Amino acid sequence: MLRKVLPHPWLTLVVAVVWVMLVNVITLNAIVFGLILGIIIPLVTAAYWPERPTLRNPMMIIEYMLVVLLDIIRANIQVSLVILGKRNADLQPGWVTVPLELRSPEAITVLAGTITMTPGTVSSDLSEDGHALLVHCLDAPDPEAVVAQIKERYERRLKEIFE
Amino acid sequence: MSIFGEIIVSVLLLAAGFFGLVGSFGLVKLDQPMTRLHAPTKATTLGVGSVLIASMLYFLFFAEGITFHELMITLFLFLTAPVVAHFIAKAHLHRNWKPGDLPAPGGAKSWSVYDQADEAPADNPARDPARPGE
Repeated sequence: MLRKVLPHPWLTLVVAVVWVMLVNVITLNAIVFGLILGIIIPLVTAAYWPERPTLRNPMMIIEYMLVVLLDIIRANIQVSLVILGKRNADLQPGWVTVPLELRSPEAITVLAGTITMTPGTVSSDLSEDGHALLVHCLDAPDPEAVVAQIKERYERRLKEIFE
Repeated sequence: MSIFGEIIVSVLLLAAGFFGLVGSFGLVKLDQPMTRLHAPTKATTLGVGSVLIASMLYFLFFAEGITFHELMITLFLFLTAPVVAHFIAKAHLHRNWKPGDLPAPGGAKSWSVYDQADEAPADNPARDPARPGE
């Protein structure tokens, strides 16, 4: 019964908090309307998101966000240096395949998004069976190192969070 | 306090301008569609991020107090930028690349862009096998 009314309780909470932040004042009015939205939106979209993701280790999320934020800053400086400092002919762009140990769709989505936001990599496609990601590197003299870094820094932490 | 705040806000705005400029310059300078995709997804993130942090600090120091709108813009930006980049890459792969030019995914299935390639019409005028990277 509760599962029918609240298919995604965390989404309800997130939508309510986002609404209050958008309104930018913490009043009862905003909180109530946020909760109404937070109940309606998961109900309407439940058909597209049938399964509830399991969070095994929610505290890891904070560590993951800090690691990713630091990497985004490093990524920006690194990409800026590549753009300003290297001639196009010296760049070694290329594709790498990242085999996935993650199986939950939410975790793979977060991983693909993280790869795009971090140093010199854009996730471009997922294999049909969902067991590998196709990643394009801006400048990768050593593709093995890129795969190892993605698996060590991000996939290991996501596996602890989601699975 | 006010001169201190002004310096921080100014430095952040300068950094934002620099990274925004480099990201846009990268779009012009890089010569392949896939490498070009790297410039707007990265350099611009820190550019926009710095403007937003500067705006938050400005309102904290000199105006009505803490605001949440910048956090929300950051959140939506971080959610949408990778998704858009992913779709652009997929469309590009679909139109201009063949599965043989890409590394194999390792499993029994191919990349999802090409999964129904044999059912799609074969004469795609946009696909030019002689120039896979263009």
